[in-house]
Amino acid sequence: MAVSTLAGAPPAPQPPQPEEGKRPRRRGAYVPYLLLLPGMLWLVVFFLVPMLSLASQSLQTGDVDNGYALTFNFATYADALSTYWPQLLRSLIYAATATVATLALGFPLAWFIAHRSGRYKNFLLVLVIAPFFTSFLIRTLAWQTILGDTGLLAQFTAFTHTDFLLSGFKSLLRTFGLISNDQLLFSPFAVICGLTYNFLPFMVLPLYANLERLDQRLVEAAGDLYASPVQAFRRVIWPLSLPGVVAGTLLTFIPATGDYINSVLLGSTQTTMIGQVIDAQFLRVLDYPTAAALSFILLLLIVAFVVTYVRRAGTEELV
Amino acid sequence: MAWLRRHLVIIVGLLVMLYILAPNFVVIAFSFNNPAGRFNYQWNQFSFDAWTNVCGVPGMCDSLGLSLQIGIIASLTAAVLGTMVAFALGRYRFRARAGTNLLIFLPMATPEVVMGSSLLTLFIAMGIPTGRTTILIAHIMFCLSFVIVTVKARVASLDPRLEQAASDLYANEVQTFLKVTFPLVAPGIAAGTLLAFSLSFDDFIITNFNASPSSVTFPMYVWGAAQRGTPVQINVIGTIMFLGALAIVVIGQVLNSRRSRQIV
Amino acid sequence: MADQSAGDLILRQVTKSYESFTAVDNIDLVIPRGSFFALLGPSGCGKTTTLRMVAGLEQPTAGTISIGDRDITSTKAYQRNVNTVFQNYALFPHLDILDNVAFGLRQRKVKDWKAKAMEALELVELTQVARKKPTQLSGGMQQRVALARAVVNRPDVLLLDEPLGALDLKLRRQMQIELKRIQQEVGLTFVHVTHDQEEAMTMADTIAVMNGGRLQQVGDPGTLYEKPESTFAANFLGQSNLLSATVKGVVDDIAQLNVHGTAMTVPASLLPEGSTEIWLGIRPEKVRILGGADDAGGDSEGLNTLSGKVTDVSFLGVATQYLVATTWGRELTVVQQNDGAPRAVLGSNVRLAWLPVNSFALDASQDADAGADIGEDA
Repeated sequence: MAVSTLAGAPPAPQPPQPEEGKRPRRRGAYVPYLLLLPGMLWLVVFFLVPMLSLASQSLQTGDVDNGYALTFNFATYADALSTYWPQLLRSLIYAATATVATLALGFPLAWFIAHRSGRYKNFLLVLVIAPFFTSFLIRTLAWQTILGDTGLLAQFTAFTHTDFLLSGFKSLLRTFGLISNDQLLFSPFAVICGLTYNFLPFMVLPLYANLERLDQRLVEAAGDLYASPVQAFRRVIWPLSLPGVVAGTLLTFIPATGDYINSVLLGSTQTTMIGQVIDAQFLRVLDYPTAAALSFILLLLIVAFVVTYVRRAGTEELV
Repeated sequence: MAWLRRHLVIIVGLLVMLYILAPNFVVIAFSFNNPAGRFNYQWNQFSFDAWTNVCGVPGMCDSLGLSLQIGIIASLTAAVLGTMVAFALGRYRFRARAGTNLLIFLPMATPEVVMGSSLLTLFIAMGIPTGRTTILIAHIMFCLSFVIVTVKARVASLDPRLEQAASDLYANEVQTFLKVTFPLVAPGIAAGTLLAFSLSFDDFIITNFNASPSSVTFPMYVWGAAQRGTPVQINVIGTIMFLGALAIVVIGQVLNSRRSRQIV
Repeated sequence: MADQSAGDLILRQVTKSYESFTAVDNIDLVIPRGSFFALLGPSGCGKTTTLRMVAGLEQPTAGTISIGDRDITSTKAYQRNVNTVFQNYALFPHLDILDNVAFGLRQRKVKDWKAKAMEALELVELTQVARKKPTQLSGGMQQRVALARAVVNRPDVLLLDEPLGALDLKLRRQMQIELKRIQQEVGLTFVHVTHDQEEAMTMADTIAVMNGGRLQQVGDPGTLYEKPESTFAANFLGQSNLLSATVKGVVDDIAQLNVHGTAMTVPASLLPEGSTEIWLGIRPEKVRILGGADDAGGDSEGLNTLSGKVTDVSFLGVATQYLVATTWGRELTVVQQNDGAPRAVLGSNVRLAWLPVNSFALDASQDADAGADIGEDA
């Protein structure tokens, strides 16, 4: 009997803590694989295999009518890069700007909800995710109504006699080249504003989760130890909130780079992003190799970004 | 000045809140508009027309039906497959755990345009025509990771002593699962399924790559409308979705708080 | 005797080893039916693992566990008529109190489960919260629900895993008395795992002291305290002063000792077999302070005496605790009742005395500090 129980219990890898009793169950070694199989198979067949197919497609030559052959034509990459590097670069810049903006706006909001909202905490959290309840596209279209020349923002400032603020804001945007004339809509500003808006909840929620666990007394302790509020933020709050910042940035930057809904609905031909190019090459131009190459370049850029970023931020808590 | 300093976080927080919610208010308000032209961007005249004739625009309600159908099938399938994976991850030791985690994480870290286009190349290479089925396949794929992560968190937070207590109280493995484990993990599964549904229902980019002219989902319809002219009915649907979901959440919150906070 | 042993819990050569260490090392134990038995030891000593093996939540690597003449070693937890009150209670958060208590009864398809469950709630005086959820109750109430949930099944053995650990001191005292009352009322075998020596001594008929996966000593609280058989037991249960001594010889069943040059005695029956180098142990409250070093009063006849200097005086309320340094530098702890007698002054020279029968002797090969400083908290 002793022998059979010995065999039935595979050795625990870590030194087990017998007082704890918190160890995953281990019986029937095939069970986890059965549970994993359908879901993982789905991801392999419809996520991993397509990635390979994308890689293969990008190295093929041919056309839609006569079919494609794998010729390891790396020239496609060079051509795609030399033709579309402005859109690629623009996507990265827009996404990075929007990410910084979500962080700048999301941090105070997350702090407010976590520590200053009292009994309205749950209500505010619901409001943060509430926009998701309405279609993303419909909400993006609403920004046309808000930012338009005679839109709600213009009407509001005119009504409250604060149009001087709006024109001041516009000249500020002009200095940074975010708008080219007097128009807010169909400009880089509108696209970044839309991206920021779209991904703000993705920044606020992980930040909130992180800040909520941050003990307020640490801030008081920092103050007690002669730190000014700014120093307390820089030396206590910010380092402790880094895991939330990292999660929020990744959740914002990655989808923002590939997004093209904002640049189509709120931008102009001057704000074309890489996703738009990929979409057009695939669905309208039908130049599959170029489209696939661009997709792959985008993927590689993002992987490179995530790896260096996570390594520099020094957090292991990704998933 | 001191007052301003003390309340700065609250003021900024509320302004950001306004930024987050403004488009929703616009959507609601403009569902009562009677626009002058084809586009519903300028306020013209108050009207109930769109509300009394929601399906009055051709194709919109069909696309809505398709989105609902795909959303329900995709979220339920992802829920079943994802829950199985979550239990495997939360409960068992097995080889290739790191690889499994990576494969779950990757779809969440890949831009939609890459996922959508790569699936399209697969379908093209295999000669599979795009349409309703390919949309479903894609939706289940990108919903899976989110369900797994949500349910896994719940499984991991489950105190193993509760199951031990059940088995101590004469419940065998199956009974323990049905009477203790499942009821306790169920909120996580429900949350994961709802999340999956909303992701599926709202997806445009991946869908657009894998759809056909005969399989137009609601977001695709809105996209098309943005070029041709936006009917007010779109705002009506947006408003109904917003208020409906808000009501569900509020009711859920009330029920939850009445049932008292769950510590475990 | 035969019918009495029918429901005894018997562990025979039970061992539980993991890859890197042995949690429970060859334990033999008979726990008589209807007794209140405590497994006492510091955290990591293997007491919880022992309990979990009895519950069926852990399989022993070797050995057998039986109740009466039924071997239950390889049966599953749900097949054993053994119930557990878990640490932190493990109440099902999705079920109300009544459903929690009735869980085991309904699992076994007991007909009048509702009445029985209510009866159990009555026993712990919680009938009024039957329809509440566990999270709505205080820690003490949850504890009682957990107890009712186990007791209601009338198990052959009821296991309690640090059941009072999460409660504050006052509530813990109250529950100790409550638990004892309930045990006497229902007459079930209680096996209580704890690291709190006071708790074990208050409640249990018999205590098994465990350390490092092994049983150190099994006995009633009085014997364990007065005559510990190891330095670990001596230090873990209360405080002990251990003096190194050499046995010079035995005259008329009295052992003659040399303690750093001072002659002392101890009844020969207390000597560990075959040892000449020993630890002479004396509990702090057994030592009397006689007065100044020069006061060689005649009333010290038949006592062991020592002179020393008071290095610390702490007032404890009912008693006063002194630290007295001996001539060779060892500090002894002495506790004196505050019975009105004048207290010794810090820095004064005093003479200490105790009755030889009140002391105990342990083999000197053991570490004198084993088990010290790990009693109270954790």
